[in-house]
Amino acid sequence: MIAFLELIGAKIAETVEEAGRIMLFFWHAILWTFRPPFRLRNLVKQMEMVGVNSLTVVTITATFTGMVLALQSYTGFRRFGAETLVGTVVALSMTRELGPVLTALMVAGRAGSFMAAELGTMRVTEQIDALGTMAVNPVQFLIVPRILAGIVMLPILTVLADVLGMIGGYVVGVELLGINSATYVRRTFDYLELEDIYNGLIKATFFGLVLSLIGCYKGYHAEGGAEGVGRATTSSVVLACTLILVSDYFLSALLF
Amino acid sequence: MIKIFNLWKSLGGKEVLRGLDLHISRGMITVIIGGSGSGKTVLLRHLIGLLKPDAGSIFVDGVDITKLNEIELNEFRKKFGMLFQSSALFDSLRVGENVGFPLKEHTTLSAREIEELVREKLALVGLFGVEHLMPAELSGGMRKRVGLARAIIREPEIILYDEPTTGLDPIMVDAINRLIMDLQHKLSITTVVVTHDMSSTFKIAHRIAMLYGGSIIAEGTTEEIQESQDPVVQQFIHGLAEGPIKVG
Ligand SMILES: Nc1ncnc2c1ncn2[C@@H]1O[C@H](COP(=O)(O)OP(=O)(O)OP(=O)(O)O)[C@@H](O)[C@H]1O
Ligand SMILES: [Mg+2]
Repeated sequence: MIAFLELIGAKIAETVEEAGRIMLFFWHAILWTFRPPFRLRNLVKQMEMVGVNSLTVVTITATFTGMVLALQSYTGFRRFGAETLVGTVVALSMTRELGPVLTALMVAGRAGSFMAAELGTMRVTEQIDALGTMAVNPVQFLIVPRILAGIVMLPILTVLADVLGMIGGYVVGVELLGINSATYVRRTFDYLELEDIYNGLIKATFFGLVLSLIGCYKGYHAEGGAEGVGRATTSSVVLACTLILVSDYFLSALLF
Repeated sequence: MIKIFNLWKSLGGKEVLRGLDLHISRGMITVIIGGSGSGKTVLLRHLIGLLKPDAGSIFVDGVDITKLNEIELNEFRKKFGMLFQSSALFDSLRVGENVGFPLKEHTTLSAREIEELVREKLALVGLFGVEHLMPAELSGGMRKRVGLARAIIREPEIILYDEPTTGLDPIMVDAINRLIMDLQHKLSITTVVVTHDMSSTFKIAHRIAMLYGGSIIAEGTTEEIQESQDPVVQQFIHGLAEGPIKVG
């Protein structure tokens, strides 16, 4: 029993310590963000990397999520003759919740893990050290552009996911299930408010920060050769996804 | 002038450096010799601030670099060039971009001028027409020489070479040794070479320091080291399996 409690205590202490280290790392990145030279080329390259890496997977996930939402809500609503509300449900679910969260989870799996793997490799092959010896601060050169790219790209990808999800819902609702097209569109926009979209995008921005920060942190501190890089990559995805889902609840409670 | 006082460092639960003292003279070639795993690379990493010691200090031109913060250290490193044991080339950049990287970051030279200097430095290390290749396409020895070209391209005041000749063929070893001596001679660059290649050591060294058991056990000119009475030094420079240094 005592041993068990000790184990839990140690685990908690470890978690708190790591959280502290991540915050310190973040603070470092903030400091180096506002110090010249500003590396616009690196930023553009990273934005491209996040976008290109994630575009396909976000497209597929968002479209099919919109489609299945329409299908499922139709089945439910038909029981009390409210089929026309399908458009509303799809629109609200996508913009407020599923657009930002699914996009973030997918990007964490693609771009976030890519950051961890790339930086981890650079760490264990001494490329990060080499950068430092050439009087180029590695946090400024490598980390700042990646975190900014995450923050900028997530809302953009989320808008795309929102739109694709609604299109997917429309296709299933109107073309497959035969809901009247004009009614579907009207119901979609009747209840959708700008605030729903905004708040979804605020969440997306935060998730973008989380997944790039975690990917960078894990990669930057990788050690122990190829195996260590693998470990950093996996744990970056697990941690980023956990943080995204947990913070999603609190952000939603706070915003809506 | 680099002065190291009472340097201690533990890594992975092992005391690698144990109160190490060493003076490295300006404008000379100092070769640090020592067995594999004796801490030569760890020592070199301290000289450029990649590692912070547990105790002790390192004065470079009168500044204790162990006390510098990140920004001051960044500034300070502009004096240095370093060749990594593993070359540490950026594998996302082409060979030419790797060698030109320090110039692109710290000078206002045009792309054309950088290209010219890159070609010149690559020729010095015996490489021609490799600018457009990726590091992954090079052999180990070629990577080492690209790393060397990158380390010297800004002709810094101080150059640290971690095993510059390991993995090279005998003719290339001689060429690199000449290059290190030429640079030092022409620009009086303070040069620190870490190696366990004794014939290169005797060829290029002005001063030799031997690292053993976490500290410098002998330091002096080539003749002084060759005539040292220390059995550890004798065993090492003659490459004998029998002696105070145990194999394995
Ligand atoms: N990051 C690290 N973590 C743990 N131990 C380390 C680390 N770096 C070095 N060591 C240990 O420090 C000791 C000295 O290592 P170092 O790389 O300086 O040896 P070296 O003299 O350069 O050897 P070689 O000639 O083989 O390159 C070794 O025992 C090594 O295991
Ligand atoms: Mg070494």
